[in-house]
Amino acid sequence: MALLEVEGLVKHFVAERSLLGRPKAFVRAVDGVGFTLDAGQTLALVGESGCGKSTVSRLVLRLIEPDAGQVRFDGRDLLALTTDELRAFRRQAQIIFQDPYASLNPRMTVGQILGEPLALHEVVPAARRRERVEELLRLVGLEPRLARRYPHEFSGGQRQRIAIARALAVEPKLIICDEPVSALDVSIRSQILNLLRELQDRLGLAYIFVSHDLAVVKHIADRVAVMNLGRIVETAEAEALFAAPRHPYSRALLSAIPLPQPHAKRQVVLLEGEMPSALNPPSGCRFHTRCPFAIERCRNEEPPLLVDGTGHAAACHRVADLPSATAILPSSGGFSPTLAKLVAAFSRKTEGQPRPGVGIQGASPPPT
Amino acid sequence: MTTGRLIEIEDLRVRFHGDDGRITHAVDGVDLSVANGATLGLVGESGCGKSVTSLAIMGLLPKQTSEVSGMIRFDGLDLLQAPDQTLRDLRGNRLAMIFQEPMTSLNPSFTIGDQIIETILRHRGGSRRAARGRAIELLRRVHIPSPERRIDEYPHKLSGGMRQRVMIAMALACDPRLLIADEPTTALDVTLQAQILELMRELKAASGAAIILITHDLGVVAEVCDEVAVMYAGEIVERAPVDELFSSPQHPYTVGLLGSIPRLDQRAAQLATIEGMVPNMAQPPAGCRFAARCPFVREACREAPPPLAEVSADHLSRCIRAPLEQLVS
Repeated sequence: MALLEVEGLVKHFVAERSLLGRPKAFVRAVDGVGFTLDAGQTLALVGESGCGKSTVSRLVLRLIEPDAGQVRFDGRDLLALTTDELRAFRRQAQIIFQDPYASLNPRMTVGQILGEPLALHEVVPAARRRERVEELLRLVGLEPRLARRYPHEFSGGQRQRIAIARALAVEPKLIICDEPVSALDVSIRSQILNLLRELQDRLGLAYIFVSHDLAVVKHIADRVAVMNLGRIVETAEAEALFAAPRHPYSRALLSAIPLPQPHAKRQVVLLEGEMPSALNPPSGCRFHTRCPFAIERCRNEEPPLLVDGTGHAAACHRVADLPSATAILPSSGGFSPTLAKLVAAFSRKTEGQPRPGVGIQGASPPPT
Repeated sequence: MTTGRLIEIEDLRVRFHGDDGRITHAVDGVDLSVANGATLGLVGESGCGKSVTSLAIMGLLPKQTSEVSGMIRFDGLDLLQAPDQTLRDLRGNRLAMIFQEPMTSLNPSFTIGDQIIETILRHRGGSRRAARGRAIELLRRVHIPSPERRIDEYPHKLSGGMRQRVMIAMALACDPRLLIADEPTTALDVTLQAQILELMRELKAASGAAIILITHDLGVVAEVCDEVAVMYAGEIVERAPVDELFSSPQHPYTVGLLGSIPRLDQRAAQLATIEGMVPNMAQPPAGCRFAARCPFVREACREAPPPLAEVSADHLSRCIRAPLEQLVS
């Protein structure tokens, strides 16, 4: 049985009200989204600003209430839970946000930040709390002595480690990662991505990974759902989607990413115009205004998300007529053997070397 | 201009004086040059000094708290010695800049037309009517649909991608010789980023302006730059033509950066990580600044600061262990 099953999820935000307070206009942020996620797996929700990916992640946790649809977690209907039951459910599912500067309380020490969920959910007896906080810090690659410090004393990458430790404190089965590395520098980003993967292997976590960065998604996801204007337009196993994207929007997204490979031979699908407003999405296929392959039918009739035998689904009338997608990503982009060896030197962990992210810039050595 | 170099920077140093009396060496002896019509990518992570370098070129660093030394020769003139009036005549004219966040760099209380026209009138003079005509022409060049109508709109009416186009139109208003673009696409979605990068390539081909592109994204560098300078802790650690840099990087920091980006064109089980942190720039280390994080470090690296030396023609590296091939063969 899947850990998480989402069906027909809808959320319309009121954008404008009449004088009497009646809603006049809606932003159709999420408009019929469904997916399943197995334990220990990673599903990536990708798309551009305003596609509804973050709203979906909040609906799944019931941080906001959906207008319609179903969310089942471990077979239980989340939308039927009472307030108390909902609080208990939060022990099973946690969230990490994009901005590690804004998501930690500046007036609490790291020990207090990590101790709070332990106390609220009575995860461990009060006497063992300190010990557990130290374990959590070690788990995310930070030294236990840092528990007495405040968030401002840490760098961005270290703060994101603290946010991860806080999510792990209640031993959840699912963590929603909402753009967890977008605010970080490239070298720090790789540390956090490696950490998330390592934790998944060790603890059997499931992730919903919300991101606009397809390169990051390719690295971390088992399954990918591409969203556009409140709907999933394509979903497939990550490997299948990156090898042969079917929906013109997925293709455009993939081909728009600059590759760190000068003069890469690739086909570029340059989209014209801007993303239409979710306030007033286009008729028929919501992508037709920017789609280079749109025909009359696309303007009138909304394409259903049709799945094939391999679990690869796309919502496009013209999916059978599109040119081959092989040129969108170049097959060869590997490092030369010499460069690969040099890069490998950065992944080798030698004994006695500090673990990534440990320690504080300019910090004095621990009191002995 | 005997060298054909539009801008030459020698030994640029920028120090910031903090409130607590601490001095931060944000830029520490940078040498750079850009040829006419070329695009130089200035790459590095937060705090490496890449944006401070660009602000020093534009003369936009606060005089009270910063101290700039060295030489920036632009078109035969030393910008660091030039009087404010000369700089004001240059900025927005032959020397233009685009910033990351188009919303904060446009004035919300004036129409985009007013803002472009102001630039044209300030530097070129002429009638307001002629300037308006030119502004419409510029908006058309950056592919803003129905520019005759859009010119009278306020910035808040435009989307992020459109605002960045307006910024570019404004920067191009007086046909600059040098355009500095500081993370011009970082705030934009990927499909818009692709449009803006395409636009920059197109405009470069049409205008022949030189571009300094400041970015943390090596993908963007690979797509639009001819030459790359990698910065780390206030210094340039590597300089090379773009193909060279990606195929045969000669500084360990560049190698680490290339290995730590997740890539669409390959799958790595584990990404490379550059362990540790950037040194504190109030007290930079005595030897190589990357030594504490470098897997190839030797005792000699910590003793004296390594010079930026030639590894092969046009390829410079600030590493005493270069060429790096010899370390793994």
